[in-house]
Amino acid sequence: MRRHQIALLAAAVALVTLPYWMSGVYYINVASQILFFAVFALGLNIIAGYGGLVSLGHAALFGISAYVVGYLLQHGFGHASAILGALLAGLAATAVYAALALRATGIGFIMITLALGEILWGLAYRWISVTNGDNGINLHGRPQPFGIDINSATAFYYATLIVFVAAVAAVAVFVRSPLGAALMGTRDQPRRMNALGYHVWAIRFWACMFSGLLTSVAGILFVYYTQFISPQTLALTSSAEVLLMVIAGGAGTLLGPIVGAGLVVVVKSVVSGFIERWNFLLGAIFVAIVILMPEGLVPGTVRLWRRAWQGKNGTSP
Amino acid sequence: MSALTVNNLRKSFGGLHVTRNVTFEVAPGERRLIIGPNGAGKTTLFNLITGELTPDSGSIALFGEDITRVPSCRRPHLGMARTYQIITLFPHDTILHNVSLALLGLTPMRWNPLINMRRQRHLQEQAHEALRRVGLADIAERPLAQTSYGERRRVEIAMALAQNPRLLLLDEPFAGLSIDERQDVRQLLMTIPRDVTIVMIEHNMDVALEFAERITLLHFGEVIVEGTRAEVVADPRTREVYLGH
Repeated sequence: MRRHQIALLAAAVALVTLPYWMSGVYYINVASQILFFAVFALGLNIIAGYGGLVSLGHAALFGISAYVVGYLLQHGFGHASAILGALLAGLAATAVYAALALRATGIGFIMITLALGEILWGLAYRWISVTNGDNGINLHGRPQPFGIDINSATAFYYATLIVFVAAVAAVAVFVRSPLGAALMGTRDQPRRMNALGYHVWAIRFWACMFSGLLTSVAGILFVYYTQFISPQTLALTSSAEVLLMVIAGGAGTLLGPIVGAGLVVVVKSVVSGFIERWNFLLGAIFVAIVILMPEGLVPGTVRLWRRAWQGKNGTSP
Repeated sequence: MSALTVNNLRKSFGGLHVTRNVTFEVAPGERRLIIGPNGAGKTTLFNLITGELTPDSGSIALFGEDITRVPSCRRPHLGMARTYQIITLFPHDTILHNVSLALLGLTPMRWNPLINMRRQRHLQEQAHEALRRVGLADIAERPLAQTSYGERRRVEIAMALAQNPRLLLLDEPFAGLSIDERQDVRQLLMTIPRDVTIVMIEHNMDVALEFAERITLLHFGEVIVEGTRAEVVADPRTREVYLGH
């Protein structure tokens, strides 16, 4: 228990002081990207990891919120209404998405979410009067929460960090709660949960809504970070990427999606500067994870660490 | 008023009629045994009673209340609990957590996303109490994966009893148990008070027969014989379809 607290404190100190020891705006921006993609991955992990419902259409929910921010700002609304509108639109889209996709589980759920994601990608691409098609929507400036200017890389990093910490805390509370336990129960034994008096569909629906909320929040951070949104953000590759973060880091763990987001963003934005075929590298890393740590980086490392620890103390058989 | 009334129940899967006009009543407090050869439709009958399957026609009433159209997840709230023939538990969690989930299922707290479940003292105490009843309180914190088959069977029963059911449906509670474990489970079932009505499916005659008061014999989805233990055992049709070979 003590060790956990020390690790948590060290992580907190590292994150808060990051702009002071990380050299250059570029790397601070990479850190911001890791944080909001981690929020996205935490959102997907709610249903994919804790609920056992793998979604391949989550980028569409992420993108809808980003588009709504862009669209409302373009039409003269303020930042507060744009953000609120984006959250509401994200939740409404999630409700429709859940109502349709939850007719199935397993492969069926994956296929329905994939189809919904493709439909929304197609809309973003073709509904030019609203989305500006392939050209996307440009934003001009970031909001000023409580009068604080977050246009600089460091200020935006701190704004993202605050949202990130809130998201992690929300997931941590949810996972320990009765509803979180019920969600994991529906993942492991849906039939038994039903026979114990739980409404399995409703539990999954509310889990989707929570997932959609975090995904929307991440989408809003994303669009304010890049100040640009185009159909590419909703594409299947984006959905696959965030799923990769969850699976590589460790589905159904709190830390896994965060580590996974770090891995994917670093390979994508930093390593890609040195290796042209970074997609190949990411694929190779993923294959290595699947072979060596099929449960994901975080649970896999814990397992290897324990084994090494036991071996050293001679308690292992 | 009967604890359970099943009236003209029918269910087919395509051309296969698995439940044909099944009608029977179980009195409050009764111990009823349902027997029949493999494929007689015993588990299907349980699934119809619990609502996991929807009957094609007929009706089911629990203590006089028609529940034919009540969704299956509402039925535990009306006092119906069941165990499964193939043990259906939460393998990654502790025994205590398994029983806590059973308790939680009947309280509105199950929708709460904000409180810490492990800190709900009342829930934890109730779960410990339920485990004491089945003699598993000592290993409450043990992960389910590290328990024996017999212990898991008792966890299943503890989960059903934790819900304080009026009607308890046991699907082959002795299946796969060793002789010692069978005696443990039998004694456990003997301690269940009479305000719980029990309907049990069982193949293991030596244990089940002494437990049952009345027996219903199913064959190809139909009730062939029903009566007291002695009547059913003595009936030539029983010997023909079930005990004769």
